[in-house]
Formats: sequence, structure tokens, C-alpha cells
Amino acid sequence: MSLLTPQRPSAGAHTDSAAAFVPDQSRAERTTSYAVADFPVPTGREEEWRFTPVDRLHSLIGAGAETIGGSEIAWESELPAGVTLTEITTERARELGAPAPADRAAVVAVAGAGGAMHLDIPAEAELSEPVRITVRGGGAQPAFGHLVVTAGRFSKATVVVQHTGTAQFSEVLSTIVGDGANLTVVPVQEWTDDSLHLGQHDVVVGRDATVRHIAVTLGGGIVRLNANATYAGPGGSFEGLGVYFADAGQHQEHRLFVDHEAPHCRSNVEYKGALQGETARTVWVGDVLIRAAAEGTDTYELNRNLILTDGARADSVPNLEIETGEIEGAGHASATGRFDDQQLFYLQARGIDEDTARRLVVRGFFASVVGRIGVPEIEEHLMAAIDRELEGQPVEPLEVTA
Amino acid sequence: MSTPEKHVLEIKDLHVTVETDQGTKEILRGVTLTINSGETHAIMGPNGSGKSTLAYSIAGHPKYTVTSGSVTLDGEDVLSMSVDERARAGLFLAMQYPVEVPGVTVSNFLRTAKTAVDGEAPKLRTWVKDVKQAMGDLRMDAAFADRGVNEGFSGGEKKRHEILQMELLKPKMAILDETDSGLDVDALRVVSEGVNRAKEATDAGVLLITHYTRILRYIKPDFVHVFVDGKIAEQGGPELAERLEAEGYDRFATPATTSPTA
Ligand SMILES: Nc1ncnc2c1ncn2[C@@H]1O[C@H](COP(=O)(O)OP(=O)(O)O)[C@@H](O)[C@H]1O
Ligand SMILES: [Mg+2]
Repeated sequence: MSLLTPQRPSAGAHTDSAAAFVPDQSRAERTTSYAVADFPVPTGREEEWRFTPVDRLHSLIGAGAETIGGSEIAWESELPAGVTLTEITTERARELGAPAPADRAAVVAVAGAGGAMHLDIPAEAELSEPVRITVRGGGAQPAFGHLVVTAGRFSKATVVVQHTGTAQFSEVLSTIVGDGANLTVVPVQEWTDDSLHLGQHDVVVGRDATVRHIAVTLGGGIVRLNANATYAGPGGSFEGLGVYFADAGQHQEHRLFVDHEAPHCRSNVEYKGALQGETARTVWVGDVLIRAAAEGTDTYELNRNLILTDGARADSVPNLEIETGEIEGAGHASATGRFDDQQLFYLQARGIDEDTARRLVVRGFFASVVGRIGVPEIEEHLMAAIDRELEGQPVEPLEVTA
Repeated sequence: MSTPEKHVLEIKDLHVTVETDQGTKEILRGVTLTINSGETHAIMGPNGSGKSTLAYSIAGHPKYTVTSGSVTLDGEDVLSMSVDERARAGLFLAMQYPVEVPGVTVSNFLRTAKTAVDGEAPKLRTWVKDVKQAMGDLRMDAAFADRGVNEGFSGGEKKRHEILQMELLKPKMAILDETDSGLDVDALRVVSEGVNRAKEATDAGVLLITHYTRILRYIKPDFVHVFVDGKIAEQGGPELAERLEAEGYDRFATPATTSPTA
């Protein structure tokens, strides 16, 4: 049924799913703290850093990194009426409900930022246009950021956070969603290929709220995003979607942690990635924890990788920890495969030239996720960007239009 | 109305090998066959005799290596063309096992293929009408257009979809590889009517590969070729099919050295 051909053992796919069901340590036991000293500098041997080229990340996670932050990041925004963007203290961010940093990168980011930007969507606001924030890097200097997004009760909005330019950027994005609200937050990574980007993206899903976090990663030398979802009450729904395309030399890592503590909540995670070129590297880790109290949980996670050329490597590690028997459903799927020549043959046998056929197959591969983004401008931009990636052309960032 | 041009597909002494775990294996061992516009040639043979290999080799599947012989369409060397060039030259292969292309909608696929084969995009209004009409004729629900190509299609739906493409792409020569297998009687009739319509519309030549005689009640062959062990063992008119129906392939299942040559 799938586009993915069976994978020969040596061919660059690493799916760790059997082992994944029994993690040596529960996700619940990981440290969270605002004190930099609580997180030692990663060596690369830690479970959560074992896939990451930590030796290239000194400027963002090394000793004293939080004191060196440059200022070469420009924040631009387009705010629909009623939406505000203000500067706040870290204290205030905590009061608003921002979850604490959960790793070295995040604690350094919050300390280095020394405060936060606060985007507020008022209660019951229904925005017809997306909120757009552009984070523009002006050079390969370390920079830190903390953005807190609060969506008031029963509000409905989409927030696009576009990352562009050249940067060494470490950030925390705290999204706190009120009861019954419906929020889509779309971080788009289109940095130049010499950029570094580490992010902790927390989503707190209010009672009966619906939140979608959609990661789109195309550019950057190293991009490592941790998306964490927690539920503030029952009835919440979290959807984590992701699309990534790694070329030669790029390391793209997406880690998800959905923490089901409240009962009767839903989560659905679907990430699709393509890899092209020698040394293209992607990592996807999907941790789902269903705690004892989370009766009636319904969760599913899926990751598929499409390897377009030799020499690329995709790791895919789903982890499902279940502490209650009273669940609606829990499942996961992970597959990594090569480009299917049979599909190419079928399309070419209908007169379609090879380049067009490849484009169709890859677009088709991504379609199930891209079609659910629900922001036409992003969907079109993304498909065009994928076409350009296939042609080996550089990323052309989404231009924010007024 | 001008009379359709006449075309001819000539296959001469075709030898084809595949790479297997046990090394190179010769599958086609000298196939010679000429198909003219408007003619229907049935190729009948037991499983494993090389029928699909013949079909794939003409279409240019990369797994098959032509070691000698020739295939020409109106004198043009087909074997030197890429897969898509062959299709644009007017060859069409309805596959025995159509391939799923997830996420690529049928409507997008059909339009892309039509544009490629014609060298220009079809006029939108007539195209939409033509697709609708052809789908209706093949008893395909309109919702098919929005599904992924062959994605989750039943066996019968896949075969209808193949013939839908034949009707829309209007090839000069169509090779139908076991289009009848897996179809119930109703579907077989609908699909056969589609083939007949497509053939009449363009006076196409048809190479109808089948394991059973059943489809020949709906699609009348002008010639029947019995295919055994990588070559044509016997040929004749429609009466040969009837004999096969009665006698089976057993009398042909002799070692290659003693089988009659075409
Ligand atoms: N790609 C392939 N790799 C290895 N063997 C093949 C391949 N294709 C066909 N064969 C072998 O060639 C022979 C003929 O196959 P095929 O052309 O599919 O026969 P038919 O369509 O008449 O049933 C069979 O023995 C089959 O196993
Ligand atoms: Mg066959």
C-alpha cells in the first residue's frame, strides 16, 4: 500500500521500533529547570543527544553560552487587530504558564534571552488572517529567544513563525492555549545552510482546546526541534505535523513528546521527510506517555522517510509508554524507504518525463501532511520549495506579504 | 473527418534477459510479431511463459535487458527510446499489476499524462467532460478522480483505471497485460467495451495478453498466438483460442528444444 519499498538492511534506514517500546528510562523522569547548572553540557552520549552533532553546537550549549548572546536577530511581525506583541520578563512568562526548559539548549536559550516576547490572542478572537512573525538572522553569531504565545479561551487563530537568514539561534516557543480555543502554530525553518537552530516548542492544550503544531524544516545546517505537548484539562486535542527535506550536509532533528496526563485527550502526530544527497541526515523521535490518570486517551503517531539518493540516513524512533489500560487507542508507525522505481516507471509509461514523474511522486508523498496545514499560502510555498529542493536549488524563503 | 493514419509495430527476433539471484536468465527467446493499426492480436500462454516480460520489454521497463532483436513503431527504433518517449510515440501498456502512487490524485495524474502525450495541455472544458464521460462509461464513480493513483483500489478498479487511461491517451498501439484477470463478469464486460471503444476511436492496434479465453468473447481477436517458454509456439485465427479452451496448454508444455517454431 505504500510508496516505500522494502528496505535492505544496509540502505540507510534505522527504525528502532521494537526496542522503542521499552525505554530504559521513562520520559516522565527527565529534568526540567530554569537553572542552567541543572543541565550539564551534553557529550553526545545522552539518550536525548545521541543523534545530534553536539560538537558543532558549542556556541549554543557550551559552558557560559548564555552570556555571549549576540543581537543579530530581527523580529518582524504582522499582527491582526486585537493581537499584541510585547516584551515581558522571564518571571512573567512563567506566570503565564510557560513550561520550564527541559534540556541544556532550552535553559541556555531562556537565560540568554533574559526575557521573552509575548504574543497574545485575546479570548474569543477569531482571526481570519494568520499572525506572522519573522525571525531574521543577520549572521552566524549565537542568539537566544523566548516567544510566549497565549491564545485566550475560545479564540481561533493561526500563527506562522518564519525563521530565515543566517543565524545560530536557540529558542523556546511556549504556546499556552486556553479552554476551547483552536490554535495552529507553524514554525517554518528556511535558514541558510550554515545556520544552527535549536528549539523547544511547548504546547499546553487547554480543556477541550484543539492545537496544531506544524513544523516545516527545509533550511539550516543543524535544526533540532523538540515539540512537547501537555494537557491542562480533559478533552484536549493535539496534532503534531511535520514536513522536512534534508540535503547533503544538513542535520534535521525533530523530537516530540506528548504527555497524556489528563483523561479523554487526543493526540495525532504525523511527520514526513525526504532526504537527498550524501550525508543528508534526519532524526525523528516520537515519545508518547500515557499516564495512569489519562483514561480514554486516543493517540497515534507516524513517521515516514523517503530516501532519494544514496548516502543519506534517516533515524526514526517511536516510543510509546502506557501506564493505564483504559485507553481508546494507541498506535504508531514508522517506515523509511527508498524512492520506488516502479512508481517512476508507471508514470513514465504514461508519457511523463522522469523529472516530472519524480516531482509527482515526492509531492504525493508529502501531500497527506501538506494538505492538512490549512494555510493555503504555506501549502503552496511548501510544494514549490519541495520542487526546488528536487532540482537542487537553494531554499527561497517565504516572503511575508502585507 | 480524415481517415486515421495507419501504424505498424514490428517485433523481430526479440531476446530478453533478466538478472535473477541465480544469475542472468533468458526469458524471451526470439519473439517475432507484427501488429497493424486496427488489428487485435491475442497472446495466450501459461503462467511464467514470458508474456509480461514481452509487454514490459516493449514499454521499456529497466529490469529487462534486450540482448538482440528489434522493436520498431512505423520504422522508428523503439528500443533506443526512454520509457516516456515510447509512450509519447504512441505505445500504451495496461499493466497486469498497476502501481500505487500515493498522494498523486487520479485527476492530476491523468491531466499530466495527457499533457505529456499530446505535447500540450488539453482544453480544460472538453477535458473535464471527456474524463467524466469515460469514467461514467467504465462505471467508475466520479470520486475516483480525487483519490491517489491506484491507492487502495480493488483489483477491478485498477483495471478500469488502466482502460480509462487508454481511452483518454488514445495510443496508436495498446498492450493489455491480463486486463481480464481478477474481473467478475460484469466488470469484464464493462472493461472490454472500454477497450473496444478506445480501439475504434483511434483505430489502434491491440496486443491482448491473456491467460483465459473468456475475454475473447467480448474483444474479438484477428490473430491468436500461443506463447510458450519465451516464444510464440503456434499462431492462427480465433479458432485457435477455441482449441486452447478445449485442450488447454498441455500439448505445448514440451521442452524448448522440441516446441514448434513460429
Ligand atoms: N524481474 C524479474 N526477475 C526475475 N525473474 C523474472 C522477472 N520477471 C519475470 N521473471 C521470470 O520470467 C519468467 C516469465 O515471467 P513473466 O513474463 O511474468 O510471465 P507471464 O506473464 O507469462 O506469467 C518467469 O519464470 C518469471 O519468474
Ligand atoms: Mg504476466
